[in-house]
Formats: sequence, structure tokens, C-alpha cells
Amino acid sequence: MSPSLEARDVRVQLGGRDVLHSVSAQIAPGWTAIVGPNGAGKSTLLRALAGLQPLAGGQVRMQEHTVQTMHARERARHIAWLAQGGETSGDLSVRETVELGRIAQRGLLRTLSQHDADVVAQAMHATECSAWAARRLTELSGGERQRVLLARVLATEAPVLLLDEPTTHLDAPHQVALARLFRRLAQPLADGTQRAVVTVLHDLPIALRADRVLVMQAGRVVADGAPASTGLHRALEQVFQGAVRVSPAPGGASVALALED
Amino acid sequence: MTANDADLRARRRLALAMLTLIAIAAVAGLVTGTRGFSPSAFWADLNGDQAALIVGEIRAPRTLGAALVGALLGLGGALAQGVFRNPLADPYLLGSAAGAGLAVVLVFAGVSIAGASLSLAAMAWLERVGLVAAAFFGALAGVAMTLLLAQGAVQTMRLLLSGVVVAVLLGAVSDLVTVASPDALRGKQAFMLGSTSFLGWDAIGLLAVGLAALLPLALHRARALDALTLGEDSAASLGLDLPRVRLLLVALLSASTALAVAHVGLVAFVGLVAPHLVRRHAPGAHGWLLAASAAMGAVLLLTADVVSRAVIAPHELPVGVVTAVVGGSYLFVLLRRRGLR
Repeated sequence: MSPSLEARDVRVQLGGRDVLHSVSAQIAPGWTAIVGPNGAGKSTLLRALAGLQPLAGGQVRMQEHTVQTMHARERARHIAWLAQGGETSGDLSVRETVELGRIAQRGLLRTLSQHDADVVAQAMHATECSAWAARRLTELSGGERQRVLLARVLATEAPVLLLDEPTTHLDAPHQVALARLFRRLAQPLADGTQRAVVTVLHDLPIALRADRVLVMQAGRVVADGAPASTGLHRALEQVFQGAVRVSPAPGGASVALALED
Repeated sequence: MTANDADLRARRRLALAMLTLIAIAAVAGLVTGTRGFSPSAFWADLNGDQAALIVGEIRAPRTLGAALVGALLGLGGALAQGVFRNPLADPYLLGSAAGAGLAVVLVFAGVSIAGASLSLAAMAWLERVGLVAAAFFGALAGVAMTLLLAQGAVQTMRLLLSGVVVAVLLGAVSDLVTVASPDALRGKQAFMLGSTSFLGWDAIGLLAVGLAALLPLALHRARALDALTLGEDSAASLGLDLPRVRLLLVALLSASTALAVAHVGLVAFVGLVAPHLVRRHAPGAHGWLLAASAAMGAVLLLTADVVSRAVIAPHELPVGVVTAVVGGSYLFVLLRRRGLR
């Protein structure tokens, strides 16, 4: 069965201020991009969906479970989360860092099996970081580290992937490669299931390649639709205060974007 | 965790170097006596009628004890730096040092007040067994107060700040007691400087059992420390029950520190420097780092103990002064040259 998350009237307060005002959103299988200006509450919504954010009201449901009250181990098996910024400490190598993803399935104590090693190798291959498996995380550039941390998330094998600005620090070719990867990850699998990939993105051209775009502003979801829908385009232009123009691109559903003066 | 070949080679080299140093320092510890490091004096001691006493009852337990206490401090330091994700964390955070210090001062003050009514034997017993127990439970009580103030180990920053508050408060009470009972001041000073001179076989038993229990328990949780390197939220997203894991790690850290402090007082810098030395020469995941830091702590305190006995023989420097001078200089040089990792 494919996973789906549902935020029901989720309210979050930080420092006495409402950061999310009764947000309701259904996260279906496929690739969903969350966009919006700074301070719109995108990362907070993602943390709430991941069960990492204490709520002032509402709940996040995953099938018959409430994410906030799920056992941490159980939640980790189903929902993976990538932090914004990717600050790390310590001296782990790239491979050791990606192996941490297996804790979600195996717990802290069990040693890694051949299957675990295969999953780790595939995750590193998917984000193109196999070549530096032996290097230390501290020796990598920001973009390289970001790809390793993304591989760590993939190694959890969770059906729901919540990624907070996964394309930060990446050069253009790797941003495009990641967009392709998100699309591939969100394809229906041979066993009939399909992952839900949710990405908070600042890069609108990448976001508009998703199956669906959630637009947020001031703690609310103000638009929710397919990247080709004109309603979504108008909402984007409105929340970014005319600094962007979104229009259908020639030859298909994809959408081009222009910056205005 | 899968280490690569270059890492494994570096670890083998460091492990070999540490074992060699421990062996050399242990022999030097047996040889060094009131005439400093003197093989001829050692030979005379061995052939004298007090050989069993001097070598078997004084130098051997002291040497072994210094290694065990050093290992506990090295382990405590690596745990503290892992839990707080900070290379400057040391085992005395969280109120353990202040708690142990106050407890020791209270024992000295108590002995001084009740002195007239106590028999000599009772006083000797109090100063020996009482001090060890007081420092041990004082250190644990200090950490317990910190945990109480921080309402558990839920937030790292709150925990650290509570540790600072408890240290200041207990330190102030301890100062107040020494003002009221000046005799306690001398005892407190000896405690603050740290000394390996009172380690006997009974202490070795306790220290060895403690290390044998704490090290495996810590290694058992090494992957939680690895997960914490990703940040607290990422660790939580992997299914770690952070408040519980952190509480357990703090308990292990406190127990190893309390055990060390109870036997040698506040020996500075070993807990802070040992993990740095390991990371510098053979970095790696916490399974390696915890064990190697314990071994490095043993090397450091063992060497410092021999040095403290040899430099101004027949007198002794407090071992804490030696570790502070050597450890402090090392960190100074490291900071100047390349910053801390």
C-alpha cells in the first residue's frame, strides 16, 4: 500500500507566534514540491509532517496512525527527513554517514548485513557520491556533503521522503540531476507501491518539475495544484509579489519562468 | 560501521603506539621512586627487605591505578564531546566536579569540627574511605541536580546551562564552608590539584570493575553518538529516543567521571585532550573513538604520574599540575596551528 500523509488543521507556535495557522494538506504518493517566500512556514510544515515539531493544534495522520504519537522507531521506518543546511560534526566517512540511514530499519544495535551494504551502495550511486566513499565528510564541499546526506536519507528505504531544500549548495547540473532523481524515486514501483517525495525548494524551475506544487505564504497553504495549472501560476506570481512570471512553456506541460525587473 | 583500509591502518598504528607507551610508562612507574627515575635505586629496592611493600604495595597499584583513572577520564571526555557535539566539552561539565568538591570540603570540615571527639583510627578511616565515597556520590549528586534543574536531558543547551548554574552554586557553598572551617581549605586544595599518590589495591579493584562495566555499555551506544553527528533532529528522525539515549549517555559519563574524581581528585585536561589526540591521529566513528580515547587517557595519566614523581624527586608534583601544564600547552599549540576539529 502506498503511503500518504495528511496534515489536519496543523497549528505551530514558535516563541508565542503562530508560524502555521491551521494548515491542512494531503500528501499523496508522487513528487510534491513546497514553495513560498522566506518565513512562509515551509520547513516548519515539513518538520510537522516528519513528527519532529511539537504542534499547538491539529495532527498529522499516516493511514490509521497519528505521526506525533507514533513510536519513534516505527515512524523512522516510514518517514525519512533531510535537514536544511546539512550541518554535521564528527569524523565519519561518507560511507559511515550513509550507513547511519540503516538505523531507521535496523535499530542501533544490529550489525549491518549484505542487504544493508547493498542498499547503502545503491543510495550512494543514486546521488553520485560512491567515488568518495572513503573520504571524510569534513573534507567535502557543501554541495558534495549535501549529496551524501541525501544518500543517507535514501538509505533509510522509507516510503515517505521529506527533504528540506535538498538542492542547496548544488551546481546547476547536479540540481537537474536531483530533479530527475526525485522524479524517478516518485515513480510507481514494480510491487505497485509508490513513494511520496516532498521537497521544500527555493528554486522554482526545479519545483515546477514536480507532480504537484504546494504554495505557502505567511503560515498558510494558499495554492495547491499541478505545475501546469494557471491558477497555480497566478498564486506564485502573487506570493512572490510580481518578482516572477510563470507561463506555460512551448511543447508541453512544463512551465518556464522569467524574472522581471 | 564500515571503516576503510586507510582508516584501519591509522588505527592499528595508533593502537600499537599507545600499547607501547603504556608498557614503557608502566615499567617507568615501577622503577621511579624517591630518587626519581633510577634503575640502580630500583635494583636496590628490589633486593631490599621492603621490596614487597615499596614495589608491590605502593608503586604497582599507583601505576595501574593511574592508567585506569586515565582511561575513565578519556572515556568520559569522548562521551561528553559526543553527547554535546562539542570538541571543548570535558567530563567535568554538568556539575560533577563542583559536587565532588563540595562533598570533599564537607568531609574535611566535619572531621575538623568533630576532630576532638574522634579517635585517630576513625579520623584516618574518614579521610580515606569517607573522602572517596563523598567525592563519588558528590559528583553524582552534582549531575543529578543539573538534570533536575534542566528537567531531564531533553534539551542540550538547557543541560549545559544548568551544569554551569549548579557548578557556580555548589562552588559558592564550598567556598563558604572553607571560610567557616579553614582546615577544609587545605584538603580542598589537594583535591582540586589532583593526586595519584593514594591509589592502593582496594581502589584498583573498584576502578577496574567500573571501567570493565562502563566501557562496554558506552560502546553499546556508540552508534547513537554517530547518529548525533547529523544533528539532533536528524538523529530523532532515524528513530532515536533522544531524551532517553542522552540520559543514558550522561549517566555513563557521570559514573566514569565520579569514579575517577573519587580516587584522584580533579585531574585537569586528560578528558579533554585524549579524544583530540585520537581524532588527530586516527579519526573515526564513536565505536573506535570511545575505546581509543580510554586508552589514550591511560597513556596520558600514566605518563603524567611518572613525570610528577620524577621531576623534583624525592618530592612530588601534584599530577593534576603536570596534566594541566602539558595538556594546556598541547591545546594552545593545536589552537595556534590549525584550530580544533
